[in-house]
Amino acid sequence: MSFSRRILRLHVNGQPREVLARDADTLLDVLREEVELTGTKRGCDLGTCGCCTVQIDGEPVLSCLTLAAEVEGKQITTVEGLRDGERFAPLQEAWAEAGASQCGFCTPGFLLAADRLLRDNASPSRDEIREALAGNLCRCTGYVKIIDAVERCAAEHRTFCAERGRPSTVSEQV
Amino acid sequence: MTRYQSTVGSRFPLIDSMEKTSGQGIYIEDMKFPGMLYARLVRSTETYAQVEEVDFSAAQEVEGYVDSLAPGEPGTGNTFGVLPISEDETPLPAPNALYSGAIVAAVACESEVGAREAALRVQMRTKKLPAVLRPKDALKETDQPIHSNTIGGTNLHKAVDQEFGDVDGAFEQADVVTGGEYVFDGINHGFTEPIGCIAVPEPNGRMSLYSATQVPHYLHRALAKVLEMPMHRIRVYKPLVGGGFGGKSDPFPHEMVAALLARKTGRPVKLIFDRDEVFLNNHGRHPTEYKIRVAADREGRLLGLDAHSRIDGGAWGSFGVVTTYYNGVLSQGPYRLPSFRYSGRRVYTNKPASGAMRGHGAVNARYALETALDEMAEKLQVDPFDLRAQNALPANTTTLNHLRITSTGFLECLERVRERSGWNEKFRKMPYGRGIGLGCGFYISGSALPIHRTRTPQSTVHIKIDVDGGVTIHSLAADIGQGSDTMLAQCVAEAMGVRIDRCRVLAKDTDTAPIDLGSYSSRVTFMAGNAALRAGEAIFRKLQRACARLTGKSAEGFVKGADETYLHLDDPGVVVPYMDALREALADNGALIAKGAYIAPKLGGAFKGSGAGLSPSYSYQAFVAEVEVDPETGFTRVDKIWAAHDCGKALNRLAVEGQLEGSVHMGMGQALTEQMVYLNNGQLRNASFLDYKIPSPVDTPEIEAIVVESNDPEGPLGAKECGEGALAPIIPAIGNAIYDAVGVRLHEVPMTPERVLKALEQKRKAEEKARAHS
Repeated sequence: MSFSRRILRLHVNGQPREVLARDADTLLDVLREEVELTGTKRGCDLGTCGCCTVQIDGEPVLSCLTLAAEVEGKQITTVEGLRDGERFAPLQEAWAEAGASQCGFCTPGFLLAADRLLRDNASPSRDEIREALAGNLCRCTGYVKIIDAVERCAAEHRTFCAERGRPSTVSEQV
Repeated sequence: MTRYQSTVGSRFPLIDSMEKTSGQGIYIEDMKFPGMLYARLVRSTETYAQVEEVDFSAAQEVEGYVDSLAPGEPGTGNTFGVLPISEDETPLPAPNALYSGAIVAAVACESEVGAREAALRVQMRTKKLPAVLRPKDALKETDQPIHSNTIGGTNLHKAVDQEFGDVDGAFEQADVVTGGEYVFDGINHGFTEPIGCIAVPEPNGRMSLYSATQVPHYLHRALAKVLEMPMHRIRVYKPLVGGGFGGKSDPFPHEMVAALLARKTGRPVKLIFDRDEVFLNNHGRHPTEYKIRVAADREGRLLGLDAHSRIDGGAWGSFGVVTTYYNGVLSQGPYRLPSFRYSGRRVYTNKPASGAMRGHGAVNARYALETALDEMAEKLQVDPFDLRAQNALPANTTTLNHLRITSTGFLECLERVRERSGWNEKFRKMPYGRGIGLGCGFYISGSALPIHRTRTPQSTVHIKIDVDGGVTIHSLAADIGQGSDTMLAQCVAEAMGVRIDRCRVLAKDTDTAPIDLGSYSSRVTFMAGNAALRAGEAIFRKLQRACARLTGKSAEGFVKGADETYLHLDDPGVVVPYMDALREALADNGALIAKGAYIAPKLGGAFKGSGAGLSPSYSYQAFVAEVEVDPETGFTRVDKIWAAHDCGKALNRLAVEGQLEGSVHMGMGQALTEQMVYLNNGQLRNASFLDYKIPSPVDTPEIEAIVVESNDPEGPLGAKECGEGALAPIIPAIGNAIYDAVGVRLHEVPMTPERVLKALEQKRKAEEKARAHS
């Protein structure tokens, strides 16, 4: 068995990154081990928990089920890319204020899923929020405060993203 | 004069919440050390087998292979376990692998991929042994019990028999008796962060173990025993922990294996579980068979409780002795019982071990009792709320087996949840298929009796303050997401009269922290909180004396003022800012240090097992669930949950609500969808989140957390537990709501659609039979 690796050219959080990876390496492995962004979490490695959710060209994907080689040339956004320098995204601040993180392990995945919702919908209902987050598991909060957080920052977060070149996807393309 | 604005009862974010939302927080898998090796475990594929030989020759061909650990090597057969009375685990088989999935050996490689490949190539020769899988078989005599400490030549691990008052007399004179037999599947904690650790052999010969643990102190002790090293040569460090719920509270074999491999190779060794390994490690809620009878007179006064529990411990002891007691003794509240009989049996089987999980020992028994009370209310034709209120344990009393009851907000829980849920308009009044149900509960705020019989306080907290004015708090209470670091900061800030953001909590390192027994048994707020308050008060007294030196006023006259100042009661014009007082206190003296400690009061009677269930205080719950049951599919949808919980005093309302909502969610999973399912050969069938079904955001209804405050006389600022007791009541609340909806009682939990349909079918047949006879 060979563990030989080749160079992959990735775009992570707006920055070009050249990394060494095996063809079989998942995006999750490469982000954590080669790019050294450990905010993206490994909860199951089977696509069942959503902890590893990142965005590819603005759409949430499970990085544990995505080969790194597949996303060369695409824009990858991780939890570390939600903030703008010292300024946290409104969603991140709302998450803390609402008490939406307890252990915090599922938080990055939820944030990436919620960010996608809010870029398209500035006033989602609680049921719309549940639908958008249906692929993510949290074992601590019972989701109540997670939904509170998304609800309370919706408009502000959408504006924050639009101002920073991360506009909505579906609605504005239609 | 403006006094200090207390934060007690306010809503503030956990002090580490931005670490978590930024992605910068460091969990065990995020850590790396130079020269680090990656270990993978080789697991048994036999249900029960003696390991005769492990062959690493094919594994050694893998690029980057470094070393291995096999049964028989030094340390691998040393016993350990969380309870000193049942230390029956070993790092590797000695020589028997006790279940399908048990750890047999380990490999260490330069890369994680290499370690995976090498582990797959390990061969073993084993001799099959006769496996015991069902609890009733485990009670039969055998010449090969799974462990040497079993009772009567069987696989019985622990037997508890307790009787108080005249139980037989109570049932003879009873007007109404209800009860039944219930079966509960095993439950896994399901925390999102897989278990893992990194062992680092230090150049000076010490061993550091970084681990996702709830109880650094017990791990510290177990490592010392297995490694045969004095405790001071070992350091345990806890990074951020991604949830625990009891599943990270035992010291585990893989932690010992990592340390042994690190010692053998002289290099750091990282060992992170896959999700299926978390299920195979388990130590979750015991599969349980429970029988219960409850007696009452026609006025609805409870006369007696008679319960029997048989629990499946799996391969190891874990916390199981405690579980066996808790299955009975924690049913003594929140109701007054004039007589009580309980027998509990815990057996070993060749399956992943059961242990402690949120609501430890109280959950399954609670379903049985609250279901029996619902049946009782129906027979007596009284409202389930009224029956419970009538029998509520009063404050400041003692139960039959000497549990000391101090504060109670149980009646207020009942009143508020009844009103908020609109109970009176809904109960037995909704159309077929819709129902509402009540479940109540009672739980310890920490075990008064420590596991190790020492005179060491259960919690000690140290504070250090230097010229920067920051307040460093040292503790070994483990924040696993519940917010204990925030609670410690709040208690210290409150005692000193400073802002919380001055406080930094270092509760992670056995080298610097004083002993705390860790995060289990809902003990942290009560015990570590009291210790933190005492440490903060000791610092405050030093600052009072410094204020006196600066002003010439009496030290004891200084009180906490607004904006981090100290004011004198006799002279409102005298105001000393905190930093001025601190500089005076530091002069000629150096850093301010103080400690506070907590030891639970001596409680309990003089009988065997009297220590079980003793707690300095108890929490109370009354929960209501509203459900919709589809009689065609058996599917139950929970529409809304109202959860009233007496937490003594909500130090941080946001955190208390979070604990209640999370407990309700977890209990709902056990009620409806979560179950560990085994094949007939003992293999776990559903070791993934695909098949072990935790409720998702779309499965979970709105939960209204109702905080009730009884202001406990001994709790820190009046607080009691809120993280565990709130799990149990939701399961019977849902069960009783299903009964209200479609008229069937579920005797198997979780109450899956298949089981609901089966119960509906049985009901239909029974009704047909009755009609045919009439």
